[in-house]
Amino acid sequence: MKAGLSIEGLRVVYDDFIAVDDVSMRVEPGESFGIVGESGSGKSTVLRAVCGLAPRTAGTVSLIGAAGLPEPGTKAYRRTLQMVFQDPYGSLHPRQTVDRILAEPLAIHDIGDAEARIERALDEVGLGSGFRFRYPHQLSGGQRQRVAIARALILEPQILLLDEPTSALDASVQAEVLNLLEDMRRRHGLTFVMVSHDLAVVTHMCERLMVMQRGRRVEELSSADLARRHVSDPYTKRLMEASEGFRRGA
Amino acid sequence: MNEASRRSDLLVVDDLRVAFPDRDGGMTEAVRGVSFTLGRERLGIVGESGSGKSQTGRAILGLTAPEGRVTARRLAFDGIDLMTCPPKQRRALRGGRIAMVLQDPKFSLNPVMTIGDQIVETLDAHARVSRREGRERALETLRQVQIDDPQRMFDLYPHEVSGGMGQRAMIAMMLIAQPDLLIADEPTSALDVTVQLQVLAILDRLVAERGMGLIFISHDLRLVSTFCDRILVMYAGRIVEEVSAGRLHEAKHPYTRGLVNCLPRLGEDRHPLPTLDRRPEWAS
Amino acid sequence: MSSVEVPRESLRDWLLSERPRSRRQAAFGRAYAGWRTFARNRLAMLGLGIVLALVLVAIFADQLAPYHPYIGDLRTTRLLPPAAAHWFGTDDQAREILSRIIHGSRITLFVVVLVAVLAAPIGLAVGTVAGYSGGLVDAALMRITDIFLAFPRLILALAFVAALGPGIENAVIAIAITSWPPYARIARAETLTIRQADYIAAVQLIGASPWRIVLRHIMPLCVSSVIVRVTLDMAGIILTAAGLGFLGLGAQPPTPEWGAMIANGRLYVLDQWWVAAAPGAAIFIVSLAFNLLGDGLRDALDPKGAK
Ligand SMILES: Nc1ncnc2c1ncn2[C@@H]1O[C@H](COP(=O)(O)OP(=O)(O)OP(=O)(O)O)[C@@H](O)[C@H]1O
Ligand SMILES: Nc1ncnc2c1ncn2[C@@H]1O[C@H](COP(=O)(O)OP(=O)(O)OP(=O)(O)O)[C@@H](O)[C@H]1O
Ligand SMILES: [Mg+2]
Ligand SMILES: [Mg+2]
Repeated sequence: MKAGLSIEGLRVVYDDFIAVDDVSMRVEPGESFGIVGESGSGKSTVLRAVCGLAPRTAGTVSLIGAAGLPEPGTKAYRRTLQMVFQDPYGSLHPRQTVDRILAEPLAIHDIGDAEARIERALDEVGLGSGFRFRYPHQLSGGQRQRVAIARALILEPQILLLDEPTSALDASVQAEVLNLLEDMRRRHGLTFVMVSHDLAVVTHMCERLMVMQRGRRVEELSSADLARRHVSDPYTKRLMEASEGFRRGA
Repeated sequence: MNEASRRSDLLVVDDLRVAFPDRDGGMTEAVRGVSFTLGRERLGIVGESGSGKSQTGRAILGLTAPEGRVTARRLAFDGIDLMTCPPKQRRALRGGRIAMVLQDPKFSLNPVMTIGDQIVETLDAHARVSRREGRERALETLRQVQIDDPQRMFDLYPHEVSGGMGQRAMIAMMLIAQPDLLIADEPTSALDVTVQLQVLAILDRLVAERGMGLIFISHDLRLVSTFCDRILVMYAGRIVEEVSAGRLHEAKHPYTRGLVNCLPRLGEDRHPLPTLDRRPEWAS
Repeated sequence: MSSVEVPRESLRDWLLSERPRSRRQAAFGRAYAGWRTFARNRLAMLGLGIVLALVLVAIFADQLAPYHPYIGDLRTTRLLPPAAAHWFGTDDQAREILSRIIHGSRITLFVVVLVAVLAAPIGLAVGTVAGYSGGLVDAALMRITDIFLAFPRLILALAFVAALGPGIENAVIAIAITSWPPYARIARAETLTIRQADYIAAVQLIGASPWRIVLRHIMPLCVSSVIVRVTLDMAGIILTAAGLGFLGLGAQPPTPEWGAMIANGRLYVLDQWWVAAAPGAAIFIVSLAFNLLGDGLRDALDPKGAK
């Protein structure tokens, strides 16, 4: 049962600052959707609002694709939708072993058979059982991000929200993690929503993407268009130019 | 690189080694004999995670963790021998003429103090200013690093700002200190590309106009190769190659070539991405 | 010799393994790594040694004490100076001071343990709950904490003892009630920084209840700083207990409480200095030991220093 995601008129307000304003998007089941935009434009906040970590002031978030998909806020919804955070150094509890980190979701959702599931989850992300009882400080950044991916996948969600999953990793490890994510998506038929500020990474991973600026959506386009430089919005154009690197005097 | 900048060497590092105690009571070297000189120029250091980039920067600043041991044949900043100078002078240098933008803004910022207060505090360490003036200067600097609404940013706590805003706060603190040598450790990894370039433009101006020396540590090859004058490639605590910027594609070392090769590229279909196959002999 | 050495080597390797094979091994390994950091600190080991000695002395007081702590021969052994027969001399009731100090260690330990058991958990619970819930709960809990914090400890303890009546148990309760607020503050401050961390967001996302998050994910991270603070506070606690004893509001005569002993000795402090000096030195040494221990624990328990 694949699930997609539909967001309509999402608005997130902190005190009196509007972090996200009237954002709508529709991600079909099985699709991979990217969000790019400048720093502070509300990309992370959109993901956080979708999974209930940020206050949703207005708008609706719903799962699409089949009948009987859970409503946001329910326990079943949490199992359908998981998130991988940007900073692998901050997203694992410093005093818990990998084993404990992976056992927690199973315990909360009363899923039996933890032993086998943990072993399998570690195998899937390419960490043998040798890593099972290590603490996060005994792991490298790439290994940590693999643990975070394993934690997100152990509840067998249909949708994975990825908040800059590789921006803290170096190029070679980034390649490994991106390959792993693609592999997982193929194997489990996952739907991805991926935030990144690297256009090359987003076009590599996603079919369609949305460009955000100051909490608003400025443009939605396909990766193919982006690769062919068929962009209309001036901000997207600037983004394209900037991603080619630094130019003195520019 | 130009000859004049080479002659007035701002920083000389010769055979720098940083070792940490390991489990068996011995020492393991995280930096194994790094040598380079820096003029008033932009020097990039790239290399994978754990290759010793940050430890090199920290050792130059004297910020190595207390259990670590730093040795060098020579480590001199503007003629001052950093290995032998008294701790007090070293601290004064660190606050004033040498500055470092640390990796991990979230860890380096004080979580229970507003961004503005932290910037003002840095300013206080350098010049006596009134509360009003401190605030003005801090807001001005936040504006320089392209923060849209400095007034709002001033009163936010670190957890209330996005990753990129935190990084820019760190850079603002550095700008206020006005150093001669800046070691920037992954200063822009959480910034989107457009802001990244604006921040780099600020750094670039400081190098060009004030003659600041810049060590730019990053794993973003594309950025380093377009921004820096020359690049040191580190692997397992050593410099395996020095390439001049813009010549990255001519690099010889298989590690450097591998790094260049595993980047996704706009408009190219590379599924799966090639990965790096590390060889033990690279580390020797 | 090698037959002895080999298993010891392998136990160490087992503990320090980079790839533990079981939950137990991982936990032991971390404890062992912490112990090694601690053991490197000579002064902390000295503190630990003294505290352990205190515990042993308290347990075996009956066997160790050469004389009876309450009864002396008033005709022959009153206010004798230190000598081979009575190492620390005797007091005005002709009781041997060394024996009294040895028995007094039980009371000191009783105070220390009870305060730690009562105050630390209260502080930890109040602080983490306040820090994690935020809003009204936080404001209410912290105002209560502030009220307790605003009173000087000894004076508040005095008020409690005055209300409950003098006695060592009441003194302990008074001290415990007055010493939790700093722990609550520390735990709250830590919780505030931990609460924002992505790893907490990750367990929220999984669907963990707030109680589960506080108990299983936040408290374990605050425990170490509270333990350190409690250990460092022990000196103050011992001194407060002694102070209450000195004022006659703590342990009642003839209980050999160290503070009460000093109070007793102050009448003779110029001519028979040993009556007050010996319990004073005991308080000083034990307080210092707890301080050294606390310093060592701070380094060993610091999660950032964990390797
Ligand atoms: N808890 C909070 N309280 C107040 N403002 C917040 C809070 N969290 C986020 N914001 C604000 O919301 C805006 C959007 O933040 P968000 O983290 O979504 O940005 P982003 O697009 O992910 O940026 P980056 O690429 O730098 O991570 C920022 O201006 C930030 O200051
Ligand atoms: N306090 C310490 N004790 C022991 N080893 C340490 C300590 N600090 C750093 N190291 C080791 O030094 C090596 C180099 O670390 P460094 O932080 O310089 O890497 P880096 O190149 O900056 O990597 P990254 O890109 O992840 O920031 C690592 O292998 C690390 O484990
Ligand atoms: Mg973000
Ligand atoms: Mg580093």
